[in-house]
Amino acid sequence: MSSTVSAPGSARSGGGGLDRRATFWFLYLPPLLWLAAFFVAPVLLMAAFSFRTSSRGGLSAGWDFSLVQYLNLIESGSYWRLLGISTLAALAVAVCAVLLAYPVAFFLAFRAGPRAGFYLVLLLVPFWTSYLLRVMAWKFMLGTEGVINSLLIYIGLIQDPLPALLYNRTAVVLTLIYVWIPFAALPILAALQRIDTALFEAAADLGARPFHQFTRITLPLSLPGVLAAFFMVFIPTVGEYVTPLLVGGSRGSLYGNIIQDFFTKAANWPLGSALSMIMLAATLILVVIAVRLIDLKQLFV
Amino acid sequence: MNARRSAIPLSLYFFGLIAALYLPLGVLFLFSFNSNTYLSFPLRDLTLSWYQQLFEADAILAAAGNSLAVAAGSSLAATLLGTMVSILMMRYQFRAKGLLVALAVLPLIVPYVVLGVALLLLFSVLQIDRSLWTVGIAHTVVALPYTLLIIGSRLAGFDPNLEEAAMDLGADYPTTLRRVVLPMIFPAMVSAWLTAFTVSFDEFALALFLAGTRPTFPVYLFSQLRFANRLPVMIALAVLLMIGTLTLVLIAERFRRRGT
Repeated sequence: MSSTVSAPGSARSGGGGLDRRATFWFLYLPPLLWLAAFFVAPVLLMAAFSFRTSSRGGLSAGWDFSLVQYLNLIESGSYWRLLGISTLAALAVAVCAVLLAYPVAFFLAFRAGPRAGFYLVLLLVPFWTSYLLRVMAWKFMLGTEGVINSLLIYIGLIQDPLPALLYNRTAVVLTLIYVWIPFAALPILAALQRIDTALFEAAADLGARPFHQFTRITLPLSLPGVLAAFFMVFIPTVGEYVTPLLVGGSRGSLYGNIIQDFFTKAANWPLGSALSMIMLAATLILVVIAVRLIDLKQLFV
Repeated sequence: MNARRSAIPLSLYFFGLIAALYLPLGVLFLFSFNSNTYLSFPLRDLTLSWYQQLFEADAILAAAGNSLAVAAGSSLAATLLGTMVSILMMRYQFRAKGLLVALAVLPLIVPYVVLGVALLLLFSVLQIDRSLWTVGIAHTVVALPYTLLIIGSRLAGFDPNLEEAAMDLGADYPTTLRRVVLPMIFPAMVSAWLTAFTVSFDEFALALFLAGTRPTFPVYLFSQLRFANRLPVMIALAVLLMIGTLTLVLIAERFRRRGT
């Protein structure tokens, strides 16, 4: 990493060359060293670990380069299947969260009137409360002695509690949709608020019905926000392991859970590292696709 | 937009969704006043005893204290680092700038499970015992993108000529930073600090891998989920913490708005 200060402050600042350069190093070194030590180094170490044959001989034992972990992964179809399932689950979560959040954003942008700011806070409060707590709340909703079951029994609709509500992938997907809806509404709202309302007047003057105004103006112009919301939900959900841990049980586990297992219970760190590298690669590919599709700068204006 | 007519179905949808979002939280809230250790309807015997027991439950309070310490430390570090990178990003031209900014933002997209096990590997190889420090280090890394974006966008809104004026008047660059730039971005720094604080305080996915013998509150909460009889007390504290976090978030939002 060779970095030289090329004309700090460019041409415009005449004075302060030396102390500006000294300040540069003072500002530059702490974050660089911090990120190198605690972000770059661990990821590189994990990459190196994924090429080991086993954890035997201690963690700092000699590095034997081998592709055996990756070959194992390729041969065993179950990991790919789980990665596929996790991707599909994340896809379902992202699509549902965006679809449910769009009318919310539309309401806040065009129909809520002067109270829109207050309504927005109302929407975001659940998102600011503890993640673990919100997921746990769903456990109380869906459990055999939970709210839904005891309510159904109380009103006499069923005799015995339905056990199928909790501890499966549907419960995981449902809980994650719930967690993400407020978050998904934000980029869509930002995109809708940028639409020039004069366009609607022009369309109405030219005889466009509200439905056509929506399909011809609102929807196309809000698509960048929709895409951003989709990826902002999709990408973190692919790597999710906490929600399956709480409401998924053994039948609802996702790809992140096997990584966790290999680093805790099973203690097979080289295989866990290889699985993590594949997860990282998958995420980076998704991000590259997202950046290609969305003009990121547009979101921060 | 014309036609107020579609306002009614839309607002029905909005408030229905709001109700659905608050329902599970309301259930939790009820649970903390429920005398049974499991929640079923109809509710019987409301009680405040869980809140009472809370103040005698040393382990829970210790875990909450641990989380406070980790959040305070990591948010401060993340804010300082975020300020440094923001100033570099907005006021300097250098070759490795793109790389530094990319590195600082990248933790936002790396899955927490991957970063968690990678740091676990690093600390194991270096033979550093897991502790609140290791959790705090991880939280500093994941909070940095937030502090950078908050402070950086604030700094972008300021005219660099102000700094030039200060330097024309004879101030050296460090003095200009201290007397001109820092006061300008101070509200954003407070907002960034509060955001980083709430990110850390609530964080579980990394802490589960990196916490040692002293758990943070989410880690402790998770470890106690198996014991039904301890749950109501935990939830009572969680409700109090929820109120605390909300207060912080609202304060952060006020500071961020004051900046713009």
